[in-house]
Amino acid sequence: MIKLPEPVEDVVVNLLRLANTKLPEDIGWAMEAASGWETNQIAYTQLGAIMDNVKKAEHIGRPMCQDTGIPVFYVKGKFDSSIGKDIARAVERATKDIPLRPNTVDPITRENCGGNLGPGMPIIHYIPTDDDFTQITVLPKGAGSENMTRLAMLNPADGVDGIRKFIIDSVLDAGGRPCPPSIVGVGIGGTSDVCVAMAKEALLIPIDEENPDPVLRKMEEDIFVALNSSGLGPMGLGGSTTALGVRIKKCACHTASLPVAVNIGCWATRRASAKITSEGVEYSQGVKF
Amino acid sequence: MDAPLSEETVRSLELGETVYLNGPVITGRDEMHIRAMEYLESGKDVPADISGSVLFHCGPIMMQREDGSWSVVAAGPTTSARMNKLEPGFIRSFKIRAIIGKGGMSKDALEAMKEVGCVYLAATGGAAISLAEGLNRCTGSEWLDLGMAEAMWRFDTQKFGPLIVAMDSKGNSLYENVASSLVRP
Repeated sequence: MIKLPEPVEDVVVNLLRLANTKLPEDIGWAMEAASGWETNQIAYTQLGAIMDNVKKAEHIGRPMCQDTGIPVFYVKGKFDSSIGKDIARAVERATKDIPLRPNTVDPITRENCGGNLGPGMPIIHYIPTDDDFTQITVLPKGAGSENMTRLAMLNPADGVDGIRKFIIDSVLDAGGRPCPPSIVGVGIGGTSDVCVAMAKEALLIPIDEENPDPVLRKMEEDIFVALNSSGLGPMGLGGSTTALGVRIKKCACHTASLPVAVNIGCWATRRASAKITSEGVEYSQGVKF
Repeated sequence: MDAPLSEETVRSLELGETVYLNGPVITGRDEMHIRAMEYLESGKDVPADISGSVLFHCGPIMMQREDGSWSVVAAGPTTSARMNKLEPGFIRSFKIRAIIGKGGMSKDALEAMKEVGCVYLAATGGAAISLAEGLNRCTGSEWLDLGMAEAMWRFDTQKFGPLIVAMDSKGNSLYENVASSLVRP
């Protein structure tokens, strides 16, 4: 195990603070650009209100949205099995200190669990590698966008057209509910569970990073244009800014299957990552995942 | 525009208009709606200020001061469609004058709004810091046992907005207009 320069708990509290109070630069830039060419008056007002809010939140160090979500963690590299406990302590502390809204409840009784913990929490995906570092990434996911998640087990014969239609319909049917302009995360392939997980992981990829796969890149561009030509607009009130980015991940699947999952990220798609080496901790919001 | 709102003021609002609000606002989400209706039906006391109120679909982040009073940290609108089933009855029972939320509501809610004289005002989703500034001062709370997000909070607002009249009291909805003209490839 590598020796860590500072307690994991402190690093994770810092991560949660960074993610919740500062919008990733790539998303901020995309919003400013969109605002520049938006001609619908209501849409322009909405984008202005969002950008104004982002600046204030960063300035005073408070969460940009009251729905600080459920923090989804990705732990990659070398790590000790106790890291989950450190992360849980950090979530509880961050909820009190930042503060975050206590969002977790029992699914049946709806009783609040307190401290954003409770059975199964926090959600952590472990990716062990041979690297000499520990990378902890957090994606605080609000419910407005998460509730719009869709999975389709398409027929292989539906092909690219079927995939495209399903993604576009998922975003347009969601209307203003997921707080557009959205980042559209898509998973294609795998089994049902892996497909949905990929769609969420896709939200970690900066929207200004070129997809290395030329076929997926073309699909991303094509869907991006279609969504922004739809007229849905910010908050579903009309306009030409419906999506800020489309990110697609794929993996192999069964010859008889074509799973497609859509996980929408609101305009406040928050993410932050810490790379911990024996030298120190490096924080970033342009996650290399 | 100053709350409490008169039926006349509400009925004069035009679709697409931008307004700012001053005066009392209460918050309520799923659980607050359910409890208020349960109490009403079983004859228990319901907080009087729900009647004729401006209802904000919001679960804020609140911090309690040492003296027990509350300060608002962040407070943007939540997805109103979650309350679609509960709202028509709620609007009729409590003569709600305005609902502030995001994403819009169902035809049934629009119908109740037309009947009672109520509008739906769209707040910018996620703009929780700017909107918290407008909420200004927390003047009380009810049903804290429901949890911070689901409790009913009272605020004395000042220049709260911008709010867009997205569903008026004449049966028009900006969301329906947008949905019916969507371009699907």
